[in-house]
Amino acid sequence: MEHSNNNDPLVIGGTELQSRLFTGTGKYGSDAVIPDVCRASGSQVITVALRRVDMHAATGNVMQHIPKHMQLLPNTSGARDADEAIRIARLARAAGCGNWIKIEVISDNRYLLPDGYETARATEVLAREGFVVLPYMNPDLYVARDLVNAGASAVMPLGAPIGTNRGIRTKEMIGILIEEIDLPIVVDAGIGKPSEACEAMEMGADACLVNTAIATAGDPVAMGEAFGAAVRAGRQAFLAKAGPVLSGSASASSPLTGFLGA
Amino acid sequence: MIIRVNGEECECAEGVSLLSFLEGRELDVRSVVVEHNRTIVMTDNLGSVRLVAGDELEILHFVGGG
Repeated sequence: MEHSNNNDPLVIGGTELQSRLFTGTGKYGSDAVIPDVCRASGSQVITVALRRVDMHAATGNVMQHIPKHMQLLPNTSGARDADEAIRIARLARAAGCGNWIKIEVISDNRYLLPDGYETARATEVLAREGFVVLPYMNPDLYVARDLVNAGASAVMPLGAPIGTNRGIRTKEMIGILIEEIDLPIVVDAGIGKPSEACEAMEMGADACLVNTAIATAGDPVAMGEAFGAAVRAGRQAFLAKAGPVLSGSASASSPLTGFLGA
Repeated sequence: MIIRVNGEECECAEGVSLLSFLEGRELDVRSVVVEHNRTIVMTDNLGSVRLVAGDELEILHFVGGG
């Protein structure tokens, strides 16, 4: 996979990432497509969830579809408070898949919005235990500051509720985090189209996490490739610094002298 | 004897090791992680844990998620 900014790595928890697109493993029609999505998108970080084994039926193993070079990012989905998130995180690490953890503490089952207080509590405990903690959060400045103080390695503000494909509805609030928070900002949840991921990157977000929009696309591999290109384009545009926005009048791009004679 | 596995009652031979129990259920011990009475048991130690009546096991594995 080509990367347009090889001198612009994203560093999280001491790991250098060339790709700023994180992907997931949920909702695929067939998990067998996951390796092709990883390759086409260029993603280097991928999420997984931890669940009870079904003791009555053999089930597929998602891990066999995840390329070995990927940085695993287990989530704590299912946790309703900090203690449950901590328990899941410790189990995920014991499963031998590294020390990265996406904290997800949700007790609201309709909108799946994260609980900032419990998230910060879990982050503090797990960061102290040596985890690289990436908390899923509402884009709230005070929660973000709590997460910084708790030892988070990045913050992952939501663009819109999980799985909705509605885009960056929280744009203004994410913009404030980008300005004020001195940690990588990974926009997570709600991104439905590559243009929206591109927009987040143009704003100065450090990365995007996209699962549903790729997994539920008609062609997940092609959509993964499109998201990879969009995230690179947005990052490149951010680094290139957009020109000024004018209002009230136009500004000619062509010279206003040397016109033909009448 | 009866133990609880993932929230359900389960018949299990007296004094069997956790490793034997898992293998008897045809589980790949490298792809699961186990809590025994709320304590995580690392793969290398599965053979040294003996199950007794009333024990509670959580047997988990990674699945697709976002």
